[in-house]
Amino acid sequence: MSQLILGAYAQRNTNDHPPAYAPGYKTSVLRSPKNALISIAETLTEVTSPQFSAEQFGPKDNDLILNYAKEGLPIGERIIVHGYVRDQFGRPVKNALLEVWQANASGRYRHPNDQFIGAMDPNFGGCGRMMTDANGYFVFRTIKPGPYPWRNRINEWRPAHIHFSLLADGWAQRLISQFYFEGDTLIDSCPIIKTIPSEEQRRALIALEDKSNFIEADSRCYRFDITLRGRRATYFENDLT
Amino acid sequence: MNHWNFQELHETPSQTGGPYVHIGLLPQQANIEVFENNFNNQLVQEKTLGERIRLEGQVFDGLGLPLRDVLIEIWQADANGVYPSAADIQGKAVDPNFLGWGRTGADFETGFWSFNTIKPGAVPGRKGTTQAPHIALIIFARGINIGLNTRVYFEDEAEANAQDPVLKGIEWAPRRQTLIAKREEHDGEVVYRFDIRVQGEDETVFLDI
Repeated sequence: MSQLILGAYAQRNTNDHPPAYAPGYKTSVLRSPKNALISIAETLTEVTSPQFSAEQFGPKDNDLILNYAKEGLPIGERIIVHGYVRDQFGRPVKNALLEVWQANASGRYRHPNDQFIGAMDPNFGGCGRMMTDANGYFVFRTIKPGPYPWRNRINEWRPAHIHFSLLADGWAQRLISQFYFEGDTLIDSCPIIKTIPSEEQRRALIALEDKSNFIEADSRCYRFDITLRGRRATYFENDLT
Repeated sequence: MNHWNFQELHETPSQTGGPYVHIGLLPQQANIEVFENNFNNQLVQEKTLGERIRLEGQVFDGLGLPLRDVLIEIWQADANGVYPSAADIQGKAVDPNFLGWGRTGADFETGFWSFNTIKPGAVPGRKGTTQAPHIALIIFARGINIGLNTRVYFEDEAEANAQDPVLKGIEWAPRRQTLIAKREEHDGEVVYRFDIRVQGEDETVFLDI
C-alpha cells in the first residue's frame, strides 16, 4: 500500500461529553450558548496544530514535588501518575503536550483568587507539563491534592482532582478535563462530574491505583489513560483540500 | 464489545477548566515562576513575515458582564496561508519563525484580552475552494464545560468573506457578522477588535469542529 492519506477527525460524540448548559453546576447557566453549535466540515485549520519540542522544557517540568521546592520538600502524599494517550482508534498520540495543575495537600491553590483557609505550602507550586513519547506514554510526579470546598451550593466539596490539558496533532483534538482518584467518596456527589451524562464516561476520569508500580519507601502510583479523537484514512476521494 | 470483536475507544470527556486554569496554563498570571520558557500571547518574532496586527476584545456572559477568568488560545496560518504543522499537506514552505499558536488570559480587573500576531494568509478550503483569512479561537473558563470553538475573520476582507465556505455554511446570515473582527488603528498599530458574547443577544457563533 502506498502512503497513508489522512481524512478528517471522526465526529465528536456529544453524548460522551457534558452539555454546555448544566444547571446543577450553577456558573454554567450564564456561560453557556443558547444557540446550538454549528457543525462544520473540517479543513486544514481543524486538522493542524502547533508543534512543541522537548528542548523547550526544563528537567523538573514534570516533577511537581521538586519544581517549586525552596527550603525543603512539600508536605503530602507522594504519588507518581502515568499512562498512555491514544486516539479513539487505539493509535498512540506522540509528542502531545500534556499540562497539569492542581491544589496542594490541603486543597489550597496557589492562585490570587483562592481564599480557602486550608494552608498554603511554600514548597509546592502546583503546575507541570510534559510531552508524550513515541508510545504515547507520559509520567509525572506530584503531591496528591486534597479535596476543597467551593461555593456552588454552600457546602459543596470537590473530590481530589488534577486538571489536565492536551494539545496534540489536530486543533480538533484540543481537550481540557480533570481526573480523579480511585475510591474517593466525593466523586459520587460532585455536580461537575455529574454534568457528564453516562456512568461509563464518568468512570473514564478516575485514575486507578497501580500497586505493582508503587516504589517502596518512596511513592505510590496511579494509572490514567487518555483518549483523543482520531482521524480516518482516505482511500477514495480526498476532499480535505 | 460487539460480535466482530472490534472496540473503538470513547474520547475522554471534557470538564471545565475551572477558575484557576491560569495555574497550569499561564502560571505567571498566577504569580508562579516554575518554567523557564512560558507560553504567551506573542506570536510575532523579530523575523516573522507578514503584517503585524493586534487582536483584542472581551468575552461577555449572559448578563453582558465580562468574564475576568477566561483563558483564550488562537491557532492560525502564516502570512502565506501555511500552517506550521506536520499535518499541513500543501507542500509549501512555512515561515520558520512562526509557531502559529498563542495563549492568554483576560485581565483579572477589566476582562480585556489580546494577542500580538500577524494577519494570516488565505488557506485552502475543501474541494478546491479557498477560505477567507481567519484565526481559530477557543475559550476555556469556569462555567464552560467544554471549550468553545469559534473563528475570527477580518472586516477589511469583505470580498473573501463573502466567498468563505464556513461563513456561507451559517444558514442564519445575520449571525455571520458575529465572527467579523472590526479594524481600528491606534497610533499606527493595526488593531482588530473581536468581542465574544457567550449567551443572549448577538451571541457569537460557536462551532462543532
